[in-house]
Amino acid sequence: MSGQKINHILHQKLNIPICFSETTLQKVHKIIAHYPEGKQKSALIPLLHIAQEELGGYLSVDVMDYIADLLKIQPIEVYEVATFYSQYYLDKVGKYVIEVCRTGPCAICGGEDIQDYLEEKLHIKDGETTADGLFTLKTVECLGACGYAPVMQINTEFYEHLTPAKIDIILEDLRLNATNDKHSDKTWAEKYS
Amino acid sequence: MLKITIDNQTIEVAEGTTILQAARKIGGSVVPPAMCWYSKLDGSGGKCRTCLVKVSEGSAKDPRPLPKLVASCRTPVIDGMVVQNKTSPEVLEARKAIVEFLLINHPLDCPVCDQAGECDLQDLSYDNGKVSCRYQESRREFDVIDIGNLIKLHMNRCILCFRCVYVAEQIAGKRVHGILYRGDVSEISTYIKNSIPNDFSGNIIDVCPVGALTDKTFRFKNRVWFLKPMTAHRNCPTCSGKVIAWMFGNEIYRITGRKDEFGEVEEFICNKCRFEKKNINDWTVEGPTTIKRHSVISQNHYEEIKTPSIINPLEEKMEKQTNDE
Amino acid sequence: MGRKILLENSDIPNIKSFDVFRAHGGYFSVEKALKTMAPDEIIEEVKKSGLRGRGGAGFPTGLKWTFLDRKSNKPRYLVCNGDESEPGTFKDRYLMEKLPHLLIEGMICSSFALGVNTAYIYIRGEFKYLLGILNQAINEAYKNGFLGKNILGTNFSLDMYVHPGAGAYICGEETALLESLEGKRGNPRIKPPFPAVVGLYDCPTVVNNVETLANVGYIVNFGGDAYASIGLGKSTGTKLISACGNINNPGVYEIELGMSVEDFIYKEEFCGGIKDKLELKAVVPGGSSVPIVPKELILFTASGEKRLMTYESLAEGGFESGTMLGSGGFIVYDENACIVRNTWNFSRFYHHESCGQCSPCREGTGWMEKILWRIEHGHGNMKDIDLLVSIADKIEGNTICPLGDAAAWPVASAIRHFREDFIFHVQYPEIVKNIKHGALYKYENQD
Repeated sequence: MSGQKINHILHQKLNIPICFSETTLQKVHKIIAHYPEGKQKSALIPLLHIAQEELGGYLSVDVMDYIADLLKIQPIEVYEVATFYSQYYLDKVGKYVIEVCRTGPCAICGGEDIQDYLEEKLHIKDGETTADGLFTLKTVECLGACGYAPVMQINTEFYEHLTPAKIDIILEDLRLNATNDKHSDKTWAEKYS
Repeated sequence: MLKITIDNQTIEVAEGTTILQAARKIGGSVVPPAMCWYSKLDGSGGKCRTCLVKVSEGSAKDPRPLPKLVASCRTPVIDGMVVQNKTSPEVLEARKAIVEFLLINHPLDCPVCDQAGECDLQDLSYDNGKVSCRYQESRREFDVIDIGNLIKLHMNRCILCFRCVYVAEQIAGKRVHGILYRGDVSEISTYIKNSIPNDFSGNIIDVCPVGALTDKTFRFKNRVWFLKPMTAHRNCPTCSGKVIAWMFGNEIYRITGRKDEFGEVEEFICNKCRFEKKNINDWTVEGPTTIKRHSVISQNHYEEIKTPSIINPLEEKMEKQTNDE
Repeated sequence: MGRKILLENSDIPNIKSFDVFRAHGGYFSVEKALKTMAPDEIIEEVKKSGLRGRGGAGFPTGLKWTFLDRKSNKPRYLVCNGDESEPGTFKDRYLMEKLPHLLIEGMICSSFALGVNTAYIYIRGEFKYLLGILNQAINEAYKNGFLGKNILGTNFSLDMYVHPGAGAYICGEETALLESLEGKRGNPRIKPPFPAVVGLYDCPTVVNNVETLANVGYIVNFGGDAYASIGLGKSTGTKLISACGNINNPGVYEIELGMSVEDFIYKEEFCGGIKDKLELKAVVPGGSSVPIVPKELILFTASGEKRLMTYESLAEGGFESGTMLGSGGFIVYDENACIVRNTWNFSRFYHHESCGQCSPCREGTGWMEKILWRIEHGHGNMKDIDLLVSIADKIEGNTICPLGDAAAWPVASAIRHFREDFIFHVQYPEIVKNIKHGALYKYENQD
């Protein structure tokens, strides 16, 4: 019988110098101060969110090592956490990551059709990115919005009561917005003001 | 002192002792198997669930039974506790199930595995497993990787006991490997190509209950049951230098730490002793030693420990089930 | 019937802001508690109220509070569990979005009662938008002297922070949540010790659900007896029920515990009946983890009594014929829903969310998913059905945390009540392969 191959590759460090902007760094120190002295590791999860958003869209080894340095912890402690939580991307993703809920309550209200429709429309399968680098499609487990099913999240913004017609409009909007770099929603760091 | 009764044998232990430690004090068949707990590693245990036991009386004050089986390695003794290990059919059933769970994704590649003959999972399966397999799905497969140039990692065989992580943290200092990803695709890894830069890193091989971490200087050189374990020592500036040299004639095939009757190393040894000192002149050989607990290497024959009569009806049932399947 | 405690003011415009909230009686309980009550009196009132944990387990809150180690010299922590990830449950998100100050108010009273000076609100990472809402509300509370040093001129001080997760259902388990809050993988801890003794940063800690803590303000204001007079028997107070699935009015409803399940499903002011006038097939009343029950057993107990929305009534009959109120994630299935597909779906969920620490859950959840996938896709055989029951039985009760049980119950209950559906799947693989499972046609005319 053929096995189920698990493809966890060993990642590479590129030694690119990385740093948060001055404003973000101020936020970072504010977040670290939320936790008792010596417990700065607690800030790891929020910091990885910010890093992913502001330092390239995914968590490269260099980015994670930078965060480890900031928090004075071992890099492996960052890798352990980054690989555990499903919101962190370990490899390059598109500008917009479309995450469609596939769990029970959404599935019985058409969630599977939404996924099919997106795959067909974007010509990609689950986990893939469009050739133009704009969209990554990903199924996720329950987003906690079951009453508004079917739902999806695009870069942590919720879209609810989806239909094919709605998806057409959403994608069109994103394509138009892709050229100006403005976020429609506040960034992780901005949520900490 | 606290009083505890395990499989009808009573003993007094100090406060803070766990059920498993108390059972080890009694010894013999009342000792539950432990695949992840390691007395010398803080925080270990509770994960593999092979040491589950039934607490039929919670304490002298409150003799009600606990509602679920508990992990004996992490449950502290309370005065007046009454515990069933081999005398509880429920425990034996659960243990059989745990063995099944541990084996469904295990490659069962014992014929080519260096750990065979001294493998805790082999012993556990022999004592508690079923003859047939109900698993028909595909097994997961990881690539075999090197952790540095001395240690090989076969993730397929790993049961995620976490012991090697605790060794790296508590014995070897700076930790560069850990448990990555989650669920049944979790793996031990360094994430980036890396070796464990520490004099004591080799001990992760000794604590590994299966053949996931093996000694690259010994791989495929010989089967452990063909080698003669000899206690040996040398004057080592880094560690105690007290080891077992596994010999064939005058040749040393490998060096490991000395292990107690529960398979735990008595003292952690350094990499220099383990990997570099393979010449008989490096060591003062004290003499042959016996390995008390492992199936094959203990004198080439294996006797199942006979337990009280309550287990017999269950054995019949097991046989019947096997025949049915 | 029909009294509200939490959502009474939820429709008032801009109730999210401190000023509007305060104008409608908000934070009164903080004044009352800090100025006129002793901490132990508050705990006593919470005990009297009969309030039970609203996250799913239903453990009496007052009792949980008394377990907190008060002899220790270490700081104590209160952690609000807002990691709402149980499929079918979306009530906490609703509460935090609409009434962030209600939660903060409840947390201040609770912290005062427990002698806590630092409190954290842990929200799941997907609720990024709530981070902004909660942080703003907390800032307002600081500005108005309800958080920070010497609150209202008393010597009680409290700091409050929001902490996001990053996508892991398991972090809803309280010890996994604490690990996550410490910046680690969300691996549940081995108990004992319990968080009340060794919790966050090894200090005594109380972890309570969002809805639980939001109730504390009312209990302080009106007393435990007043709260206990609402509801039925040991199920006191109100409960937020998040209803979803094939119903006309999905959404969050605050119900007084004790109303009949039938009323909740069919009355216009609640679920409003089954969508498209179809028949009811089954209900999962407390989030995906609780046993699924068929129509006849959700409307009536096995002994023929009307099933009520209470912890006790829903559980009546044990796992043979009953289920659980759980987190209040009420999922309704119509006659077209495929129970096998749904069971496979839930099984995939638990497989995906298992942390991988202990062997029964790590290996068992994946095994069950693979078997269910085969049955659902026309590759099953009869032995598989009993094999599933056996695996579920072996996972249940043998794991470190309740995720194992949560993965086992949906499978065991689906086979218990809908075995014929599974048999059909095995017997007619060709038919099963060709069934279209989508439901979009139902929505095509919605816009």
